[in-house]
Amino acid sequence: MSVDSRRNGRAALAFHTLFMIFLLAPLVVVILVAFTPEGYLSYPTHGFSLRWFREILARPDFIKAFYQSLNLGLVSATLATVLSIPAALALARFRFTGREFLNGLFLSPLMIPHIVLGVAFLRFFSQIGIGGTFASLVFAHVVIIMPYTLRLVLAAVMGLDRETERAAISLGASPWTGFRRITLPQILPGVAGGWMLAFITSFDELTMTVFVASPGNTTLPVKMYNYIEQTIDPLLASVSTVIIVLTVAFMLVLDRFYGLDRVLSGKG
Amino acid sequence: MSEMTLESRMAGRSRPSVRSRSLAWIPFWLTGPAAVFFLVLLGMPLLMTLVLSFYTFDYTAGISETLTLSNYTDVLFDGYFHEIFLRTYEISLITTLCCVVLGAPEAYIIYRMRRPWRSICLLITLGPLLISVVVRTLGWVLLIGGNGLLSQFMQALGLAGTRGFSLMYTQTGVVIAMVHVLVPFMVISVWASLRKVDLSTGDAALSLGAKPFTVLRRVIFPQVLPGVLSGSLIIFALTASYFATPSIIGGRRLKVVATSVYDEYLSTMNWPLGASISIVLLVLNVVIVMSYSRWVERRFRRTLGEG
Repeated sequence: MSVDSRRNGRAALAFHTLFMIFLLAPLVVVILVAFTPEGYLSYPTHGFSLRWFREILARPDFIKAFYQSLNLGLVSATLATVLSIPAALALARFRFTGREFLNGLFLSPLMIPHIVLGVAFLRFFSQIGIGGTFASLVFAHVVIIMPYTLRLVLAAVMGLDRETERAAISLGASPWTGFRRITLPQILPGVAGGWMLAFITSFDELTMTVFVASPGNTTLPVKMYNYIEQTIDPLLASVSTVIIVLTVAFMLVLDRFYGLDRVLSGKG
Repeated sequence: MSEMTLESRMAGRSRPSVRSRSLAWIPFWLTGPAAVFFLVLLGMPLLMTLVLSFYTFDYTAGISETLTLSNYTDVLFDGYFHEIFLRTYEISLITTLCCVVLGAPEAYIIYRMRRPWRSICLLITLGPLLISVVVRTLGWVLLIGGNGLLSQFMQALGLAGTRGFSLMYTQTGVVIAMVHVLVPFMVISVWASLRKVDLSTGDAALSLGAKPFTVLRRVIFPQVLPGVLSGSLIIFALTASYFATPSIIGGRRLKVVATSVYDEYLSTMNWPLGASISIVLLVLNVVIVMSYSRWVERRFRRTLGEG
Protein backbone atom coordinates (compact mmCIF):
# COMPACT_ATOMS: atom_id res chain seq x y z
CA MET A 1 0.00 0.00 0.00
CA SER A 2 1.38 3.35 -0.90
CA VAL A 3 0.00 5.11 2.12
CA ASP A 4 2.05 7.88 3.59
CA SER A 5 4.62 5.89 5.50
CA ARG A 6 6.62 8.97 6.31
CA ARG A 7 3.92 10.10 8.67
CA ASN A 8 2.01 6.93 9.55
CA GLY A 9 4.36 4.60 11.40
CA ARG A 10 4.43 0.83 11.06
CA ALA A 11 2.34 0.33 14.19
CA ALA A 12 -0.25 2.77 12.88
CA LEU A 13 -0.50 0.88 9.59
CA ALA A 14 -0.85 -2.45 11.38
CA PHE A 15 -3.65 -0.96 13.49
CA HIS A 16 -5.25 0.44 10.35
CA THR A 17 -5.12 -2.94 8.58
CA LEU A 18 -6.75 -4.71 11.52
CA PHE A 19 -9.40 -1.99 11.68
CA MET A 20 -10.22 -2.40 7.99
CA ILE A 21 -10.44 -6.19 8.42
CA PHE A 22 -12.77 -5.69 11.38
CA LEU A 23 -15.00 -3.37 9.35
CA LEU A 24 -15.14 -5.46 6.21
CA ALA A 25 -15.09 -9.02 7.62
CA PRO A 26 -18.83 -9.35 8.33
CA LEU A 27 -19.74 -7.96 4.91
CA VAL A 28 -17.25 -10.18 3.09
CA VAL A 29 -18.47 -13.26 4.96
CA VAL A 30 -22.07 -12.52 4.00
CA ILE A 31 -21.09 -12.21 0.34
CA LEU A 32 -19.02 -15.42 0.39
CA VAL A 33 -21.77 -17.43 2.03
CA ALA A 34 -24.28 -16.19 -0.57
CA PHE A 35 -22.47 -18.13 -3.30
CA THR A 36 -22.59 -21.49 -1.54
CA PRO A 37 -23.99 -24.44 -3.48
CA GLU A 38 -25.00 -26.16 -0.23
CA GLY A 39 -28.51 -26.13 1.16
CA TYR A 40 -27.35 -24.85 4.54
CA LEU A 41 -24.89 -22.30 5.92
CA SER A 42 -21.34 -23.46 5.33
CA TYR A 43 -17.95 -21.86 4.96
CA PRO A 44 -15.38 -21.90 3.71
CA THR A 45 -17.60 -22.76 0.78
CA HIS A 46 -16.62 -25.59 -1.53
CA GLY A 47 -17.65 -24.55 -4.97
CA PHE A 48 -19.57 -21.66 -6.36
CA SER A 49 -23.21 -21.42 -7.20
CA LEU A 50 -25.86 -18.83 -7.95
CA ARG A 51 -28.49 -21.15 -6.50
CA TRP A 52 -29.42 -18.82 -3.63
CA PHE A 53 -29.75 -15.84 -5.93
CA ARG A 54 -32.20 -17.78 -8.08
CA GLU A 55 -33.98 -18.69 -4.86
CA ILE A 56 -34.70 -14.98 -4.25
CA LEU A 57 -36.70 -14.86 -7.49
CA ALA A 58 -38.80 -17.73 -6.19
CA ARG A 59 -39.71 -15.73 -3.10
CA PRO A 60 -42.37 -13.15 -4.04
CA ASP A 61 -42.63 -12.10 -0.39
CA PHE A 62 -39.04 -10.83 -0.41
CA ILE A 63 -39.46 -9.17 -3.80
CA LYS A 64 -42.64 -7.47 -2.60
CA ALA A 65 -40.93 -6.27 0.59
CA PHE A 66 -38.07 -4.89 -1.49
CA TYR A 67 -40.41 -2.86 -3.71
CA GLN A 68 -42.32 -1.69 -0.68
CA SER A 69 -39.11 -0.43 0.95
CA LEU A 70 -38.21 1.29 -2.29
CA ASN A 71 -41.62 2.96 -2.60
CA LEU A 72 -41.63 3.94 1.04
CA GLY A 73 -38.15 5.47 0.75
CA LEU A 74 -39.07 7.42 -2.41
CA VAL A 75 -42.37 8.75 -1.09
CA SER A 76 -41.23 9.61 2.43
CA ALA A 77 -37.90 11.17 1.39
CA THR A 78 -39.73 13.32 -1.15
CA LEU A 79 -42.41 14.37 1.34
CA ALA A 80 -39.76 15.16 3.98
CA THR A 81 -37.83 17.28 1.47
CA VAL A 82 -40.93 19.15 0.35
CA LEU A 83 -41.75 19.98 3.99
CA SER A 84 -38.12 20.87 4.76
CA ILE A 85 -37.46 23.44 2.03
CA PRO A 86 -39.98 26.11 3.13
CA ALA A 87 -39.26 25.36 6.80
CA ALA A 88 -35.52 25.79 6.23
CA LEU A 89 -36.08 29.08 4.35
CA ALA A 90 -38.15 30.40 7.25
CA LEU A 91 -35.73 29.22 9.93
CA ALA A 92 -32.71 30.64 8.14
CA ARG A 93 -34.12 33.97 7.00
CA PHE A 94 -36.69 35.12 9.50
CA ARG A 95 -36.70 35.80 13.17
CA PHE A 96 -40.14 35.03 14.55
CA THR A 97 -41.90 33.91 17.69
CA GLY A 98 -41.51 30.19 18.19
CA ARG A 99 -38.52 29.92 15.88
CA GLU A 100 -36.31 28.18 18.45
CA PHE A 101 -39.19 25.92 19.44
CA LEU A 102 -39.82 24.84 15.85
CA ASN A 103 -36.14 24.23 15.23
CA GLY A 104 -36.02 22.02 18.33
CA LEU A 105 -39.26 20.28 17.35
CA PHE A 106 -38.04 19.40 13.86
CA LEU A 107 -34.72 18.03 15.14
CA SER A 108 -36.22 16.24 18.17
CA PRO A 109 -36.64 12.84 16.45
CA LEU A 110 -32.84 12.59 16.60
CA MET A 111 -33.05 12.60 20.39
CA ILE A 112 -35.93 10.16 20.74
CA PRO A 113 -34.97 6.47 20.57
CA HIS A 114 -36.55 4.76 17.55
CA ILE A 115 -37.94 2.03 19.79
CA VAL A 116 -39.94 4.70 21.67
CA LEU A 117 -41.17 6.22 18.41
CA GLY A 118 -42.13 2.73 17.26
CA VAL A 119 -44.40 1.98 20.20
CA ALA A 120 -45.80 5.52 20.11
CA PHE A 121 -46.74 5.17 16.43
CA LEU A 122 -48.17 1.70 16.99
CA ARG A 123 -50.58 3.05 19.60
CA PHE A 124 -51.43 6.22 17.67
CA PHE A 125 -52.08 4.58 14.31
CA SER A 126 -54.15 1.77 15.75
CA GLN A 127 -56.22 4.28 17.78
CA ILE A 128 -57.01 6.44 14.74
CA GLY A 129 -57.69 3.35 12.63
CA ILE A 130 -54.90 3.47 10.04
CA GLY A 131 -52.64 0.88 11.67
CA GLY A 132 -50.59 -1.22 9.24
CA THR A 133 -51.40 0.88 6.16
CA PHE A 134 -48.81 2.19 3.72
CA ALA A 135 -49.82 5.75 4.63
CA SER A 136 -48.99 5.12 8.28
CA LEU A 137 -45.52 3.86 7.29
CA VAL A 138 -44.98 7.02 5.25
CA PHE A 139 -46.06 9.30 8.12
CA ALA A 140 -43.78 7.52 10.58
CA HIS A 141 -40.81 7.58 8.21
CA VAL A 142 -41.21 11.27 7.39
CA VAL A 143 -40.97 12.08 11.11
CA ILE A 144 -37.70 10.21 11.57
CA ILE A 145 -36.00 11.35 8.35
CA MET A 146 -37.01 14.99 8.31
CA PRO A 147 -34.20 16.06 10.66
CA TYR A 148 -31.72 14.92 8.01
CA THR A 149 -33.33 16.71 5.08
CA LEU A 150 -33.89 19.83 7.19
CA ARG A 151 -30.26 19.98 8.35
CA LEU A 152 -28.79 19.66 4.88
CA VAL A 153 -31.26 22.07 3.28
CA LEU A 154 -30.70 24.52 6.14
CA ALA A 155 -26.93 24.32 5.64
CA ALA A 156 -27.43 25.03 1.93
CA VAL A 157 -29.73 28.01 2.55
CA MET A 158 -27.31 29.51 5.10
CA GLY A 159 -24.43 29.35 2.66
CA LEU A 160 -26.45 31.26 0.09
CA ASP A 161 -25.76 34.67 -1.31
CA ARG A 162 -29.11 36.46 -1.20
CA GLU A 163 -28.15 39.36 -3.44
CA THR A 164 -29.08 37.68 -6.73
CA GLU A 165 -32.53 36.77 -5.46
CA ARG A 166 -33.05 40.31 -4.10
CA ALA A 167 -31.93 41.71 -7.43
CA ALA A 168 -34.37 39.47 -9.30
CA ILE A 169 -37.24 40.52 -7.07
CA SER A 170 -36.36 44.21 -7.30
CA LEU A 171 -36.38 43.82 -11.08
CA GLY A 172 -39.97 42.65 -10.84
CA ALA A 173 -39.79 38.90 -10.41
CA SER A 174 -42.38 37.46 -8.06
CA PRO A 175 -41.02 35.85 -4.85
CA TRP A 176 -42.05 32.47 -6.27
CA THR A 177 -40.11 33.06 -9.50
CA GLY A 178 -37.17 34.33 -7.46
CA PHE A 179 -37.24 31.15 -5.43
CA ARG A 180 -37.75 28.82 -8.38
CA ARG A 181 -35.24 30.42 -10.75
CA ILE A 182 -32.56 31.70 -8.35
CA THR A 183 -32.71 30.12 -4.87
CA LEU A 184 -33.74 26.56 -5.69
CA PRO A 185 -31.02 25.91 -8.27
CA GLN A 186 -28.42 27.18 -5.79
CA ILE A 187 -29.54 24.99 -2.89
CA LEU A 188 -30.17 21.97 -5.12
CA PRO A 189 -27.01 20.04 -4.07
CA GLY A 190 -28.04 20.33 -0.42
CA VAL A 191 -31.61 19.33 -1.25
CA ALA A 192 -30.42 16.31 -3.23
CA GLY A 193 -27.94 15.28 -0.55
CA GLY A 194 -30.64 15.53 2.09
CA TRP A 195 -33.07 13.56 -0.04
CA MET A 196 -30.57 10.76 -0.58
CA LEU A 197 -29.59 10.52 3.08
CA ALA A 198 -33.29 10.49 3.98
CA PHE A 199 -34.02 7.81 1.39
CA ILE A 200 -31.30 5.45 2.59
CA THR A 201 -32.24 6.03 6.25
CA SER A 202 -35.83 5.15 5.45
CA PHE A 203 -34.78 2.15 3.36
CA ASP A 204 -32.68 0.73 6.24
CA GLU A 205 -34.94 1.56 9.17
CA LEU A 206 -35.90 -1.44 11.27
CA THR A 207 -36.46 -0.60 14.94
CA MET A 208 -39.38 1.76 14.49
CA THR A 209 -40.83 0.09 11.39
CA VAL A 210 -41.05 -3.31 13.10
CA PHE A 211 -43.91 -1.87 15.19
CA VAL A 212 -45.70 -0.05 12.37
CA ALA A 213 -45.47 -2.62 9.58
CA SER A 214 -48.12 -5.27 9.04
CA PRO A 215 -47.92 -8.56 7.14
CA GLY A 216 -49.50 -6.82 4.14
CA ASN A 217 -47.28 -3.76 4.33
CA THR A 218 -43.83 -4.83 5.35
CA THR A 219 -40.37 -3.55 4.47
CA LEU A 220 -37.29 -5.48 3.50
CA PRO A 221 -35.44 -4.98 6.84
CA VAL A 222 -38.53 -6.06 8.79
CA LYS A 223 -39.02 -9.05 6.49
CA MET A 224 -35.38 -10.07 7.03
CA TYR A 225 -35.57 -9.54 10.77
CA ASN A 226 -38.65 -11.73 11.07
CA TYR A 227 -36.95 -14.37 8.90
CA ILE A 228 -33.81 -14.34 11.09
CA GLU A 229 -36.03 -14.90 14.14
CA GLN A 230 -37.18 -18.18 12.54
CA THR A 231 -34.12 -19.50 10.76
CA ILE A 232 -30.81 -18.44 9.25
CA ASP A 233 -30.07 -19.90 5.82
CA PRO A 234 -28.07 -18.81 2.75
CA LEU A 235 -31.15 -17.04 1.35
CA LEU A 236 -30.55 -14.27 3.90
CA ALA A 237 -26.96 -14.02 2.70
CA SER A 238 -27.95 -13.70 -0.96
CA VAL A 239 -30.61 -11.07 -0.19
CA SER A 240 -28.02 -9.24 1.93
CA THR A 241 -25.51 -9.39 -0.90
CA VAL A 242 -27.99 -7.72 -3.23
CA ILE A 243 -28.57 -5.02 -0.59
CA ILE A 244 -24.81 -4.51 -0.12
CA VAL A 245 -24.20 -4.15 -3.86
CA LEU A 246 -27.09 -1.69 -4.31
CA THR A 247 -26.06 0.32 -1.24
CA VAL A 248 -22.43 0.56 -2.39
CA ALA A 249 -23.57 1.83 -5.79
CA PHE A 250 -25.85 4.35 -4.11
CA MET A 251 -23.02 5.38 -1.77
CA LEU A 252 -20.61 6.05 -4.62
CA VAL A 253 -23.19 8.31 -6.29
CA LEU A 254 -23.81 10.12 -3.01
CA ASP A 255 -20.08 10.55 -2.45
CA ARG A 256 -19.54 11.97 -5.94
CA PHE A 257 -22.50 14.22 -5.60
CA TYR A 258 -22.13 15.63 -2.16
CA GLY A 259 -19.22 14.06 -0.24
CA LEU A 260 -19.96 11.20 2.12
CA ASP A 261 -18.30 12.79 5.15
CA ARG A 262 -20.34 15.96 4.66
CA VAL A 263 -23.61 14.06 4.44
CA LEU A 264 -22.90 11.71 7.30
CA SER A 265 -21.69 14.29 9.77
CA GLY A 266 -25.34 15.32 9.74
CA LYS A 267 -26.46 11.83 10.66
CA GLY A 268 -25.38 11.77 14.30
CA MET B 1 -26.06 24.09 20.11
CA SER B 2 -23.46 26.26 18.38
CA GLU B 3 -25.23 25.56 15.13
CA MET B 4 -28.41 27.03 16.53
CA THR B 5 -26.82 30.23 17.80
CA LEU B 6 -25.13 30.70 14.45
CA GLU B 7 -28.45 30.30 12.71
CA SER B 8 -30.14 32.83 14.91
CA ARG B 9 -27.31 35.29 14.39
CA MET B 10 -27.59 34.86 10.63
CA ALA B 11 -31.33 35.20 10.88
CA GLY B 12 -30.90 38.42 12.81
CA ARG B 13 -28.59 39.86 10.24
CA SER B 14 -30.70 38.99 7.24
CA ARG B 15 -33.90 40.21 8.82
CA PRO B 16 -36.02 41.81 6.13
CA SER B 17 -36.22 45.57 6.42
CA VAL B 18 -39.83 45.62 5.25
CA ARG B 19 -42.08 45.27 8.27
CA SER B 20 -45.49 45.07 6.67
CA ARG B 21 -48.09 43.00 8.43
CA SER B 22 -48.44 40.46 5.63
CA LEU B 23 -44.71 39.77 5.57
CA ALA B 24 -44.73 38.97 9.28
CA TRP B 25 -46.89 35.95 8.51
CA ILE B 26 -44.53 34.50 5.93
CA PRO B 27 -42.40 32.38 8.31
CA PHE B 28 -45.57 30.86 9.79
CA TRP B 29 -46.89 29.94 6.35
CA LEU B 30 -43.52 28.45 5.45
CA THR B 31 -43.10 26.39 8.61
CA GLY B 32 -46.81 25.69 9.02
CA PRO B 33 -47.10 22.42 7.11
CA ALA B 34 -44.07 20.87 8.82
CA ALA B 35 -45.13 22.19 12.23
CA VAL B 36 -48.65 20.77 11.94
CA PHE B 37 -47.24 17.49 10.67
CA PHE B 38 -44.86 17.20 13.61
CA LEU B 39 -47.30 18.33 16.30
CA VAL B 40 -49.87 15.79 15.13
CA LEU B 41 -47.59 12.91 14.18
CA LEU B 42 -44.96 13.27 16.86
CA GLY B 43 -46.70 15.08 19.69
CA MET B 44 -49.89 13.01 19.70
CA PRO B 45 -48.25 9.56 19.62
CA LEU B 46 -45.86 10.45 22.45
CA LEU B 47 -48.67 11.94 24.50
CA MET B 48 -50.85 8.89 23.95
CA THR B 49 -47.99 6.61 24.99
CA LEU B 50 -47.49 8.65 28.15
CA VAL B 51 -51.18 8.22 28.97
CA LEU B 52 -51.05 4.54 28.04
CA SER B 53 -48.22 3.99 30.52
CA PHE B 54 -50.65 4.83 33.37
CA TYR B 55 -53.34 2.40 32.20
CA THR B 56 -54.03 -0.93 33.86
CA PHE B 57 -53.32 -4.23 32.16
CA ASP B 58 -54.85 -7.56 32.98
CA TYR B 59 -53.99 -10.81 31.20
CA THR B 60 -57.64 -11.76 30.75
CA ALA B 61 -59.32 -8.36 30.45
CA GLY B 62 -56.54 -6.62 28.49
CA ILE B 63 -55.97 -2.88 28.71
CA SER B 64 -58.39 -0.86 30.82
CA GLU B 65 -58.42 2.89 31.24
CA THR B 66 -58.14 2.78 35.03
CA LEU B 67 -55.16 4.90 35.99
CA THR B 68 -52.40 3.31 38.02
CA LEU B 69 -48.79 3.88 38.95
CA SER B 70 -48.02 0.17 39.17
CA ASN B 71 -46.31 0.01 35.76
CA TYR B 72 -43.78 2.57 36.90
CA THR B 73 -43.27 0.98 40.33
CA ASP B 74 -42.62 -2.30 38.47
CA VAL B 75 -40.04 -0.74 36.17
CA LEU B 76 -38.36 1.38 38.83
CA PHE B 77 -38.30 -1.01 41.78
CA ASP B 78 -38.32 -4.53 40.36
CA GLY B 79 -34.97 -6.34 40.38
CA TYR B 80 -35.79 -7.88 36.99
CA PHE B 81 -35.89 -4.47 35.33
CA HIS B 82 -32.90 -3.20 37.31
CA GLU B 83 -30.90 -6.02 35.80
CA ILE B 84 -32.07 -5.15 32.27
CA PHE B 85 -31.34 -1.43 32.66
CA LEU B 86 -27.94 -2.08 34.27
CA ARG B 87 -26.99 -4.53 31.53
CA THR B 88 -28.07 -2.06 28.84
CA TYR B 89 -26.00 0.79 30.24
CA GLU B 90 -23.05 -1.52 30.90
CA ILE B 91 -23.12 -2.59 27.23
CA SER B 92 -23.42 1.06 26.19
CA LEU B 93 -20.45 2.09 28.30
CA ILE B 94 -18.18 -0.72 27.09
CA THR B 95 -19.24 -0.16 23.47
CA THR B 96 -18.53 3.57 23.77
CA LEU B 97 -15.08 2.99 25.27
CA CYS B 98 -14.20 0.48 22.56
CA CYS B 99 -15.34 2.95 19.90
CA VAL B 100 -13.11 5.66 21.41
CA VAL B 101 -10.10 3.34 21.54
CA LEU B 102 -10.62 2.09 17.97
CA GLY B 103 -12.27 5.01 16.20
CA ALA B 104 -10.22 7.98 17.39
CA PRO B 105 -6.78 6.60 16.36
CA GLU B 106 -8.24 5.33 13.09
CA ALA B 107 -9.59 8.78 12.22
CA TYR B 108 -6.15 10.25 12.87
CA ILE B 109 -4.41 7.57 10.78
CA ILE B 110 -6.76 8.09 7.83
CA TYR B 111 -6.39 11.85 8.18
CA ARG B 112 -2.63 11.57 7.74
CA MET B 113 -2.88 9.46 4.57
CA ARG B 114 -2.09 10.72 1.10
CA ARG B 115 -4.67 11.57 -1.52
CA PRO B 116 -6.29 8.53 -3.08
CA TRP B 117 -5.96 6.31 0.00
CA ARG B 118 -7.38 8.90 2.28
CA SER B 119 -10.74 9.14 0.53
CA ILE B 120 -10.86 5.39 -0.18
CA CYS B 121 -10.31 4.51 3.48
CA LEU B 122 -12.78 7.13 4.62
CA LEU B 123 -15.35 5.67 2.23
CA ILE B 124 -14.73 2.14 3.55
CA THR B 125 -15.06 3.36 7.13
CA LEU B 126 -18.20 5.45 6.69
CA GLY B 127 -19.87 3.33 4.02
CA PRO B 128 -21.15 0.65 6.42
CA LEU B 129 -23.33 3.32 8.07
CA LEU B 130 -25.50 3.22 4.96
CA ILE B 131 -25.75 -0.57 4.84
CA SER B 132 -28.73 -2.07 6.64
CA VAL B 133 -28.04 -2.96 10.27
CA VAL B 134 -29.75 -6.30 9.73
CA VAL B 135 -27.19 -7.17 7.05
CA ARG B 136 -24.22 -6.12 9.19
CA THR B 137 -25.51 -8.03 12.20
CA LEU B 138 -26.12 -11.10 10.04
CA GLY B 139 -22.43 -10.93 9.11
CA TRP B 140 -21.51 -11.10 12.78
CA VAL B 141 -23.85 -14.03 13.35
CA LEU B 142 -21.96 -15.88 10.61
CA LEU B 143 -18.61 -14.90 12.14
CA ILE B 144 -19.17 -15.53 15.83
CA GLY B 145 -21.95 -18.11 15.73
CA GLY B 146 -21.73 -21.82 16.59
CA ASN B 147 -19.76 -23.03 13.57
CA GLY B 148 -18.54 -19.57 12.61
CA LEU B 149 -15.20 -18.51 11.22
CA LEU B 150 -13.97 -17.29 14.61
CA SER B 151 -14.69 -20.66 16.15
CA GLN B 152 -12.93 -22.50 13.27
CA PHE B 153 -9.99 -20.13 13.52
CA MET B 154 -9.65 -20.67 17.25
CA GLN B 155 -9.95 -24.44 16.78
CA ALA B 156 -7.21 -24.35 14.16
CA LEU B 157 -5.02 -22.53 16.65
CA GLY B 158 -5.93 -25.13 19.26
CA LEU B 159 -7.43 -22.46 21.50
CA ALA B 160 -10.92 -23.88 21.45
CA GLY B 161 -12.05 -27.43 22.12
CA THR B 162 -13.17 -29.69 19.28
CA ARG B 163 -16.76 -28.63 19.86
CA GLY B 164 -15.94 -25.07 18.93
CA PHE B 165 -17.48 -22.11 20.65
CA SER B 166 -20.00 -19.41 20.03
CA LEU B 167 -20.34 -15.82 21.13
CA MET B 168 -24.03 -15.79 20.28
CA TYR B 169 -26.26 -14.82 23.23
CA THR B 170 -23.27 -13.39 25.10
CA GLN B 171 -22.56 -9.84 26.11
CA THR B 172 -19.15 -10.00 24.38
CA GLY B 173 -20.84 -10.91 21.11
CA VAL B 174 -23.34 -8.06 21.42
CA VAL B 175 -20.55 -5.56 22.21
CA ILE B 176 -18.40 -6.67 19.26
CA ALA B 177 -21.27 -6.26 16.81
CA MET B 178 -22.39 -2.97 18.39
CA VAL B 179 -18.87 -1.55 18.10
CA HIS B 180 -18.84 -2.53 14.43
CA VAL B 181 -22.19 -0.85 13.84
CA LEU B 182 -21.37 2.38 15.68
CA VAL B 183 -17.61 2.97 15.38
CA PRO B 184 -18.02 4.97 12.12
CA PHE B 185 -19.79 7.65 14.20
CA MET B 186 -16.62 8.06 16.27
CA VAL B 187 -14.43 8.26 13.17
CA ILE B 188 -16.62 10.92 11.57
CA SER B 189 -16.89 12.89 14.78
CA VAL B 190 -13.11 12.93 15.35
CA TRP B 191 -12.63 13.59 11.63
CA ALA B 192 -14.72 16.76 11.94
CA SER B 193 -12.46 18.02 14.77
CA LEU B 194 -9.30 17.04 12.93
CA ARG B 195 -10.29 19.28 10.05
CA LYS B 196 -10.06 22.23 12.40
CA VAL B 197 -6.67 21.12 13.80
CA ASP B 198 -3.50 22.64 12.43
CA LEU B 199 -1.26 19.59 12.06
CA SER B 200 1.79 21.85 11.94
CA THR B 201 1.43 22.34 15.71
CA GLY B 202 2.47 18.68 15.92
CA ASP B 203 5.43 19.30 13.61
CA ALA B 204 6.43 22.24 15.77
CA ALA B 205 6.40 20.09 18.90
CA LEU B 206 8.39 17.38 17.09
CA SER B 207 11.01 19.84 15.92
CA LEU B 208 11.30 21.14 19.46
CA GLY B 209 12.27 17.62 20.52
CA ALA B 210 9.01 16.07 21.75
CA LYS B 211 8.63 12.31 21.27
CA PRO B 212 5.92 11.27 18.75
CA PHE B 213 3.77 9.77 21.50
CA THR B 214 4.05 12.95 23.57
CA VAL B 215 2.96 14.97 20.54
CA LEU B 216 -0.05 12.73 20.16
CA ARG B 217 -0.97 12.94 23.83
CA ARG B 218 -0.22 16.60 24.56
CA VAL B 219 -0.79 18.33 21.22
CA ILE B 220 -3.14 16.38 18.95
CA PHE B 221 -5.42 14.64 21.45
CA PRO B 222 -6.50 17.79 23.35
CA GLN B 223 -7.44 19.37 20.03
CA VAL B 224 -9.66 16.49 18.93
CA LEU B 225 -11.16 15.93 22.39
CA PRO B 226 -14.39 17.75 21.49
CA GLY B 227 -14.87 15.28 18.63
CA VAL B 228 -14.20 12.32 20.91
CA LEU B 229 -16.68 13.62 23.47
CA SER B 230 -19.48 14.33 21.02
CA GLY B 231 -18.91 11.01 19.25
CA SER B 232 -19.09 9.23 22.62
CA LEU B 233 -22.42 10.85 23.41
CA ILE B 234 -23.94 9.81 20.10
CA ILE B 235 -22.68 6.25 20.49
CA PHE B 236 -23.71 5.91 24.13
CA ALA B 237 -27.21 7.22 23.49
CA LEU B 238 -27.69 5.05 20.40
CA THR B 239 -26.42 1.87 22.09
CA ALA B 240 -28.66 2.40 25.12
CA SER B 241 -31.74 2.22 22.93
CA TYR B 242 -30.45 -0.10 20.17
CA PHE B 243 -32.74 -2.88 19.10
CA ALA B 244 -31.62 -4.86 16.05
CA THR B 245 -28.18 -6.03 17.14
CA PRO B 246 -28.96 -6.96 20.77
CA SER B 247 -32.11 -8.66 19.56
CA ILE B 248 -30.44 -10.81 16.90
CA ILE B 249 -27.20 -11.56 18.78
CA GLY B 250 -28.34 -11.32 22.39
CA GLY B 251 -31.68 -12.99 21.78
CA ARG B 252 -34.15 -13.57 24.59
CA ARG B 253 -31.40 -14.76 26.90
CA LEU B 254 -29.66 -11.41 27.03
CA LYS B 255 -32.45 -8.86 27.27
CA VAL B 256 -31.76 -5.14 26.99
CA VAL B 257 -34.25 -2.30 27.42
CA ALA B 258 -35.21 -2.09 23.75
CA THR B 259 -35.78 -5.83 23.37
CA SER B 260 -37.82 -5.95 26.56
CA VAL B 261 -40.05 -3.17 25.19
CA TYR B 262 -40.47 -5.22 22.02
CA ASP B 263 -41.39 -8.33 24.01
CA GLU B 264 -43.90 -6.48 26.19
CA TYR B 265 -45.61 -5.08 23.10
CA LEU B 266 -45.50 -7.98 20.66
CA SER B 267 -45.25 -11.14 22.81
CA THR B 268 -46.77 -10.47 26.24
CA MET B 269 -49.07 -7.79 24.78
CA ASN B 270 -48.74 -5.81 28.02
CA TRP B 271 -48.69 -2.45 26.26
CA PRO B 272 -48.99 -0.27 29.39
CA LEU B 273 -45.90 -1.87 30.93
CA GLY B 274 -44.05 -1.60 27.60
CA ALA B 275 -45.10 2.05 27.38
CA SER B 276 -43.75 2.82 30.85
CA ILE B 277 -40.42 1.10 30.06
CA SER B 278 -40.09 3.23 26.92
CA ILE B 279 -41.01 6.44 28.77
CA VAL B 280 -38.33 5.65 31.38
CA LEU B 281 -35.85 4.95 28.57
CA LEU B 282 -36.75 8.22 26.85
CA VAL B 283 -36.42 10.26 30.06
CA LEU B 284 -33.08 8.64 30.94
CA ASN B 285 -31.81 9.29 27.42
CA VAL B 286 -32.80 12.95 27.48
CA VAL B 287 -31.35 13.44 30.99
CA ILE B 288 -28.06 11.79 30.02
CA VAL B 289 -27.73 13.77 26.79
CA MET B 290 -28.60 17.09 28.46
CA SER B 291 -26.37 16.70 31.51
CA TYR B 292 -23.47 15.40 29.44
CA SER B 293 -23.70 18.32 27.00
CA ARG B 294 -23.85 20.75 29.91
CA TRP B 295 -20.83 19.11 31.53
CA VAL B 296 -18.83 19.25 28.29
CA GLU B 297 -19.77 22.89 27.70
CA ARG B 298 -18.75 23.89 31.23
CA ARG B 299 -15.51 21.99 30.94
CA PHE B 300 -14.53 23.69 27.72
CA ARG B 301 -15.52 27.12 28.88
CA ARG B 302 -13.25 26.65 31.89
CA THR B 303 -10.36 25.40 29.75
CA LEU B 304 -10.76 28.30 27.37
CA GLY B 305 -11.02 30.75 30.26
CA GLU B 306 -7.74 29.50 31.69
CA GLY B 307 -6.05 29.55 28.30
